[in-house]
Amino acid sequence: MKIQDHVELYKREDYLELFEKKKKDFEETCPEEEINRIIEYTKTEEYKEKNFSRKALTINPAKACQPLGAVLCALGFKDTLPFVHGSQGCVAYFRSHLSRHFKEPVPAVSTSMTEDAAVFGGLSNLIEGLENAYKLYSPRMFAISTTCMAEVIGDDLNAFIKKAKADGVISPNILSPHANTPSFVGSHINGYDSMLRAILSHVSQGLKPAQGEHINIIPGFDTYTGNYREIKRILNMMNIPYILLADISDTLDSPNFGEYEMYPGGTPLSDVVRASGAIATISLQKYSTSKTGEFIRDIWHQPFVDVPYPLGIKNTDILLNVICDLTDKPIPEELLNERGRAVDAMIDSYAYIHGKRFALVGDPDLLLGLISFLLELGGVPVHIVCTNGDESFEEEAYRILEREPLFGKQAKVYIRKDLWHLRSLLFTEPVDFLLGNSYCKALWKDTGVPLIRVGFPIFDRHHMHRMPIIGYQGAINLLTLMVNTILDELDRETKDSPSFDVIR
Amino acid sequence: MRQIAIYGKGGIGKSTTTQNTVAALAEAGYRCMIVGCDPKADATRLILHRKSQATVMDLAREKGAVEELELDEVLLDGFKGVKCVESGGPEPGVGCAGRGVITAINFLEENGAYTPDLDFVFYDVLGDVVCGGFAMPIREGKAKEIYIVTSGEMMAIYAANNISRGILKYAQSGGVRLGGIICNSRKVEKEYELVSEFAERLGTQLLHFIPRDNIVQKAELNRMTVVEYSPDHPQADEYRALAKKMAENRNLYIPTPLTMDELEELLEKYGFLD
Repeated sequence: MKIQDHVELYKREDYLELFEKKKKDFEETCPEEEINRIIEYTKTEEYKEKNFSRKALTINPAKACQPLGAVLCALGFKDTLPFVHGSQGCVAYFRSHLSRHFKEPVPAVSTSMTEDAAVFGGLSNLIEGLENAYKLYSPRMFAISTTCMAEVIGDDLNAFIKKAKADGVISPNILSPHANTPSFVGSHINGYDSMLRAILSHVSQGLKPAQGEHINIIPGFDTYTGNYREIKRILNMMNIPYILLADISDTLDSPNFGEYEMYPGGTPLSDVVRASGAIATISLQKYSTSKTGEFIRDIWHQPFVDVPYPLGIKNTDILLNVICDLTDKPIPEELLNERGRAVDAMIDSYAYIHGKRFALVGDPDLLLGLISFLLELGGVPVHIVCTNGDESFEEEAYRILEREPLFGKQAKVYIRKDLWHLRSLLFTEPVDFLLGNSYCKALWKDTGVPLIRVGFPIFDRHHMHRMPIIGYQGAINLLTLMVNTILDELDRETKDSPSFDVIR
Repeated sequence: MRQIAIYGKGGIGKSTTTQNTVAALAEAGYRCMIVGCDPKADATRLILHRKSQATVMDLAREKGAVEELELDEVLLDGFKGVKCVESGGPEPGVGCAGRGVITAINFLEENGAYTPDLDFVFYDVLGDVVCGGFAMPIREGKAKEIYIVTSGEMMAIYAANNISRGILKYAQSGGVRLGGIICNSRKVEKEYELVSEFAERLGTQLLHFIPRDNIVQKAELNRMTVVEYSPDHPQADEYRALAKKMAENRNLYIPTPLTMDELEELLEKYGFLD
């Protein structure tokens, strides 16, 4: 059987006819000239003003919802089933969203609330859900979060879970942290934070481990499995005992041996208990760990240090210095060599990145890291869009930009703005390149600005999450991606000119 | 078919007034249906002569989904063929009662409860318009005519004014109108004067003043309306008068709710804030 490729298929005469007919008979589109007139209008300064004064509408926000963050966090723990109290469709979305990014199966269950549950409350759904999920998947921990539906009707999770245990539906020994994760406030980074705090608090409750020599690392909402492996590699190289909390690297990038394993990895639950006796906890993303940080300081009485996302040379230096200070360990020769190689690579590519104008979109911590790295490369950040950023992020971003006024002074930071705002900016104040997730592809289509894929989700390019972007190694990876995109564009642009060259 | 919603402060006598009025309308030959929109499900007790009926949401819970319900399981006949249905809802403190009202009314619509032979549909709605669910009866062109039951007590007047604000909102976006105020007397001083002036200030009419009489309680204890329990009692005639006025009423108003200051000034005038 010959399987038709859709690219070829949709070029066929019968399909072209069908599309044309559909357009004519059903779509009731405006005349071509009118459509073009409006498209041109959306590129103007006048439209931008209107676009930026819009209040009651968000178009393509660069963020996901709270329980998605909670599910990702839960997947970072061994033998843990993400359990979402709410409607089924929400959980289908989390699963498919994560699957499309990681190209891995994502186990997560919902309590499947329907109309009657909305009216009567979701107690029986939660109880039945726990019972069924335990029978089928026997996790050691249910990491329970909520969708909007359960939050709007005010379901009392704490009481429900207690009842489930008191009634013997699940054993009292099953761990059952819960986090309220309404999506009508905050974003996936807040859901991640709430779930992590709930897990640390629930699992370590009442247990007092001996003071250890290890440090804890929290990656924050990070969808690069390569980053997790990289931080572990660095710490191993430095010979530092550590616990990586919410480690998704083996759950969302597991080896294929031909058989499905339900719980292939994650931070062991015994390590969560041990984590409370660590020297200190270092968070690599403070905007997705603020509540967790409070908990670690106030309840574990442990130093909590949030370092800038270790992207680029300066930020990686800061991380390594913090680790050295906490543990009294030296930086190994090997790492210094890696740093030297990264610096060398950056110098090699400097001529191509220097002076290039960039638009950036993503989560707060990632953006702060990208800004810092771009400045190191002589790149010029111009538009910085952060849908889930707040005023303190904005202030911090400007502080970093001020460090290198030559490259940073043009930049403007836009918090609580979306991709449609960015679209206007790309027309009125054009840039050379765009750093962002797969949804920015639509901006590339409309504006022609080449997209360098960074962040979450990345659906339309493979394996990018396997390559670290943090640490010196990550700096080289990201640099490679950036400079080669720039060079691809250069070749395309100079195809028929004397500048076309085999050496770049 | 005229669809009418009755609102008013909790405990003011909405259900009693509605059922007595409906009984009088039924007696006069009108075909009526009462839709109880309160999780307590006590809007049809006097018509059906029993404590409470199987509510839409109760049965939906029992059967697992509202789609499994049959209309005749929840739509019952009472005094003189008055049709009765209760939305029902959750226990106090859990779930979302407002959603229950929405679900129940959607069910009734989809399953053909609104037959063309009906002259009146009454929605008896819980206390205040606390959330969107309790505004369901007046949304999307359902009940376009609203009556507010109040007494001359301060909090009842406050609630009535607040409800008018809700009506105003829906009057602007749809065709909802206030038909008038019904005073269910609590025998407070200058009650008639106060409620009359309040109605006037609201830009509507005092449709009827129902005097207080113990026969109402007595009939209620026997699970009946006064119209049925004691048809010759003068109180039954009061409800007949109200029913007649309602049937004949063509005056529908867009309310002009009072500001807090105006309301307090009004109450002061009648000696409340001494």
